[in-house]
Amino acid sequence: MEAARQLMRLGWEPVIVEKSDHLGGHVARWHKLFPDMMSASELVEHLAAGLDSATIYLKTRVAYMNKLKDGYSVMLSNGTGLQCRAVLIASGFSLFEAAKKEEYGYGVYDHVITNADLEAWFNGADDGRVPEAPRNIAFVHCVGSRDLKAGNPQCSKVCCMTAIKQAIELKELFPEAEIWCFYMDLRLFGKKYEDFYINAQKDYGVHFVRGRVSEVGEAIDGRVVLKAEDTLSGAPVKLKADLLVLMSGMLCNSDSASLAAMVRTEVDSDGFLRSRDNIYRINESRRPGVFFAGACTGTKTVPETVAEARAAALDIHNYLNGND
Amino acid sequence: MIYQGKQKIWSEYQKEIPDDHWFYVRSCIRQSFFPASEAHFVKIVRDVLGKDLYETKHHTTCGGIAYHSDTIPQETAMTIVARQFALMKEAGYKNLVTSCITSFGNYTEILETWREYPELETRIREMLWKACRREFDKPEYVAHASDLVYKFRNDIAEKAKVRLVNHETGEPLRIVEHIGCHYSKMFPHKGVGGAEYPCVLSGMAESWGGQVIDYPERRHCCGFGFRQYMVKANRGYSVSNTHKKFESMEPYHPDAIITNCPGCPYFLDRWQYVISEQTGKTYGNDGFGIPVFTYEELAGLVLGYDPWDLGLQLHQVAAEPFLDKLGVAYDPEAKYLGINKEDLLKPALPRVLKCF
Repeated sequence: MEAARQLMRLGWEPVIVEKSDHLGGHVARWHKLFPDMMSASELVEHLAAGLDSATIYLKTRVAYMNKLKDGYSVMLSNGTGLQCRAVLIASGFSLFEAAKKEEYGYGVYDHVITNADLEAWFNGADDGRVPEAPRNIAFVHCVGSRDLKAGNPQCSKVCCMTAIKQAIELKELFPEAEIWCFYMDLRLFGKKYEDFYINAQKDYGVHFVRGRVSEVGEAIDGRVVLKAEDTLSGAPVKLKADLLVLMSGMLCNSDSASLAAMVRTEVDSDGFLRSRDNIYRINESRRPGVFFAGACTGTKTVPETVAEARAAALDIHNYLNGND
Repeated sequence: MIYQGKQKIWSEYQKEIPDDHWFYVRSCIRQSFFPASEAHFVKIVRDVLGKDLYETKHHTTCGGIAYHSDTIPQETAMTIVARQFALMKEAGYKNLVTSCITSFGNYTEILETWREYPELETRIREMLWKACRREFDKPEYVAHASDLVYKFRNDIAEKAKVRLVNHETGEPLRIVEHIGCHYSKMFPHKGVGGAEYPCVLSGMAESWGGQVIDYPERRHCCGFGFRQYMVKANRGYSVSNTHKKFESMEPYHPDAIITNCPGCPYFLDRWQYVISEQTGKTYGNDGFGIPVFTYEELAGLVLGYDPWDLGLQLHQVAAEPFLDKLGVAYDPEAKYLGINKEDLLKPALPRVLKCF
């Protein structure tokens, strides 16, 4: 959306092809964004407002793309054919399927949800798994991230901060609740992130336990029972919680590989799309006229994605003007 | 608990178990602890299910206990296992079924190791040839005996004389299932149902009419754990593991525990006596314990075999309250009569745990 907005400002006519029935991807389903607690829907509305005159195809997929002498022929699933001079892939990411970490009991125990489920609940969705007045809430970081056994060694980058943000939001809703975050490392690299983390402890009393949760069971009263190790105190920990939130990590969207195959660009060893390099040409593929933006090349925060979208728009502008 | 969630996981962990023609290898310690279990497995498979099950007197230990106790290197265990495979080849069988969970884990681990390091398999072939002039083929299928009973659980249910139901109330009996660690915790895809929510035993209990209990410490070790028990100084750790499990399952009021490992039924059974002596606490009704059965014993009860022929008098925890719930007839006077009515002598009774 941001890349299209910028391209329109630069005088081009972008066409957005979106497989779902709305623009905005995962952000459109999120509630608030860290670290400013900005409303996610407001951001999406702001981005959409600049696209009033853009051509947008919703619930549409790319059927195939063929290289032409000076651009690409793109056939859409709705039968529309497009002649494009450049292609920007912004296919984003998929959330790791939390049920694959069987030991955490997602889909088996009554009060286990994911970060995405919680955002949907924040946005008003009914979810019987969230109790009315939880007293103990646990978060497990790195579910399917930095996990060789899950086939996903990379850090998902946003989960630490998302867990802190969600913990704060829950604490505001349930001030009496005790909230426990089980983490491997806290990777708080961005502007205001460390402050956000300290506020979560000082102002909201969120507990941070350095250790992996080894298994989850269910008590006779339906609460979830977590077993973990507190590696700082060197002691095993057992916690009964009314709600367990699994911080599902980021995987490359499975559609990205097929899009890459259509334009004969490469998938990297981590499953994300391979940029020309990972230093200063992240937006560029190794094929002429094919560009990337956002989480299709790796895990990204929202500000990084927006910045990449602008950079990609400028790269495309220069490419189309023969200035690359 | 979302039962469909478990079913989804079970669907991903179903293993191929051939119908017939099995080479059976017994367990070292089960023959001492629960000798009637293996005898009844053979009887059920051959006489009730009509399958071909072969065993040879030349079979020895698989070396699993020594390997897990760090007293022999894995290459030695591999050579012992290679000899069992050679015996199977000589008998003309390709499907191996083990009585012992640790044997099952040992065979599986060795085959997986050879798959990853074929040069090691070549070396073991040479060592076996040098040691006893034998050659082997790897089995096409390796199953644990409980896999077979699981596969034919519905056939057993069709022939059942009693179901796992309280004959007075009509309520399903509440069954705790406990798999051996070496069944699927090492290789989840080698066990029916995987490692986290195994269904090999729960599937039997449900097919035979019982209600399976899930409780927070379900996955926890029984307390055997080799070094927890075999190193004498660690035995307090062993009993504390068992204690943790019973404290966790107590609120669910289980009627019985079903197991598929040599160590689990023994330790879950015997440590109830120790816990009762140490703490004065028992976990069954009216001062009794919770009876712990092997899957063969439970299958035997369902099929109507005499409880004393199944060896239930060798349990520390009295099985009689469970037999009464099932409505199974038994002769209390025959409890300590062995084969040919030989008097086995009644053991001294515990101070706290109620027994007969």
